[in-house]
Amino acid sequence: MKQYLINTWQAIYTVLVGMKITFKHLFVPSVTIQYPDVKQPMVDRVRNRLFVNMDDCIGCDQCARACPVNCIEIETVKSVPPEDLGKTSQGKKKALWVTKFDIDIAKCCYCSLCVYPCPTDCIYMTDSYEFSEFERNDLIYKFATLTPEETEEKKANFEKFQAEKEAKKAAAAAAKAKAAAESKPDDKKE
Amino acid sequence: MYEILTDIIGNQIVAYVIAAALPLFVFILPFALVAVLAERKVSAFMQDRLGPMRTGPYGLLQTVADILKLIQKEDIVASDTDKKLFNLAPILVFAGSYAAFAAIPFTSAYIGSSADVGIFFIIAISSLVVAGILMAGWASNNKYSLLGSMRSVAQIISYEIPAALVILTMVMLTGTLSLSEMTEMQTQYFWNWNIFGGAETGIVKILLIPFMLVGFIIFYISSLAEVNRTPFDIPEAESELVAGYHTEYSGMKFAMFFLAEYANMFAVSAIVVALFFGGYHSPFGYLGNAIGIDWLIPVEQLFWFTVKGTFFVIVQMWLRWTLPRLRVDQLMNVCWKYLIPYAFVNLIIVGILTLL
Repeated sequence: MKQYLINTWQAIYTVLVGMKITFKHLFVPSVTIQYPDVKQPMVDRVRNRLFVNMDDCIGCDQCARACPVNCIEIETVKSVPPEDLGKTSQGKKKALWVTKFDIDIAKCCYCSLCVYPCPTDCIYMTDSYEFSEFERNDLIYKFATLTPEETEEKKANFEKFQAEKEAKKAAAAAAKAKAAAESKPDDKKE
Repeated sequence: MYEILTDIIGNQIVAYVIAAALPLFVFILPFALVAVLAERKVSAFMQDRLGPMRTGPYGLLQTVADILKLIQKEDIVASDTDKKLFNLAPILVFAGSYAAFAAIPFTSAYIGSSADVGIFFIIAISSLVVAGILMAGWASNNKYSLLGSMRSVAQIISYEIPAALVILTMVMLTGTLSLSEMTEMQTQYFWNWNIFGGAETGIVKILLIPFMLVGFIIFYISSLAEVNRTPFDIPEAESELVAGYHTEYSGMKFAMFFLAEYANMFAVSAIVVALFFGGYHSPFGYLGNAIGIDWLIPVEQLFWFTVKGTFFVIVQMWLRWTLPRLRVDQLMNVCWKYLIPYAFVNLIIVGILTLL
């Protein structure tokens, strides 16, 4: 009988204790973060989406070579003498047209190994992490600033320049050979 | 109320139909809309969350969106179900819980039925819900549904005994079965409420208070069990039985079960209010009396009844998000070994006290 009364009392008492706790929590501010509207700040050294500042890129290809999964593809064309590509923000002279700078972020493993070798600090990790796409091809980010026509033009320019150079070289070589042939027939005779 | 409606419409039958449909459209549907949202918000706040926030300002339109979704949903009837019973069950469950509203006195001006056997009628008609639930579980041809409905029926029938014993106590005290008469006895000020000894005077009133409190607690616990609310929600125990007796239902039929559950929640709270907390009476006089506007009094009464009823619904939610679910044997233990003996002792003591 005593146990019976104790049980009854405990049942009522413990329910009241529980109700007190939940009542207190009614006034505790919520811990929910309204995600798309409010975002938690990221830590300083997060590694998320890669970004390339093309103004500073000198097309040295070191990042592409450092990449363990080959997600960076770079193609460059040499500039021809009258063209001036300007300088990077750190004062390095740019000598190459970067005609293609594609990063396939779907392949990227966020190892950040491409960031360290960059001589101009133009490739770096940003804190943006929402970049899902419906098509996998949309995950290939094209950073090159030149239009396809410009690329063609630069290539043609370079080839023309190269051809002229070759021609000059050939002409020079021919002239040299000719000169040599003219100036040294005596030597051969000896 | 009927007289006014008959005067306006001119046809008695139409007036009756409108009067009968009034609580559904004026009260139960809006109440269910608000209560579902309140339930989610209360649970969220108790768990330090925010609850629905996306639909409308502060998620206020969440239930409206849910209802729209439920209306659009396909009404699935599995091929092996007993189709007649399967389709009838939600209607029966809802009819049972809706019929209980007929005898609940909302205000002195609107009482669906001022029958002399009001509370008796409510006990009787709410047993229809049991039949509906068993029908739903059986017709679904699903083991989880059947288990859920069996548990539900066992639970409701068991807990009707302590509830009926407490109601018997109150009937002995007040000497009437009619809820409106019972309410009229608790008029004027809150110390005339039954929980504070009712309209008795002198030493008996003070002696009655603890026993009224015991009666109230027993009735409230068993009413929780009768509407299948946590901690007595073993019929629809999500972690064990998917969803209990309404596992196989979808769309509007599921919505009807849902509506019936919330209607029931208010119905039992209303009975608690009518039995113990003065029904529709204000705890301290009426503004309408003070400034002499007669029609204001029923409006105030409706306000007080809604406030008191909603308070007990909120307490139900509060308990739901506080307590874990009972096991079946614990459930029966509480009912047969604790509530019923206490209710009997209470009945006898109150009986002796009323003789004094």
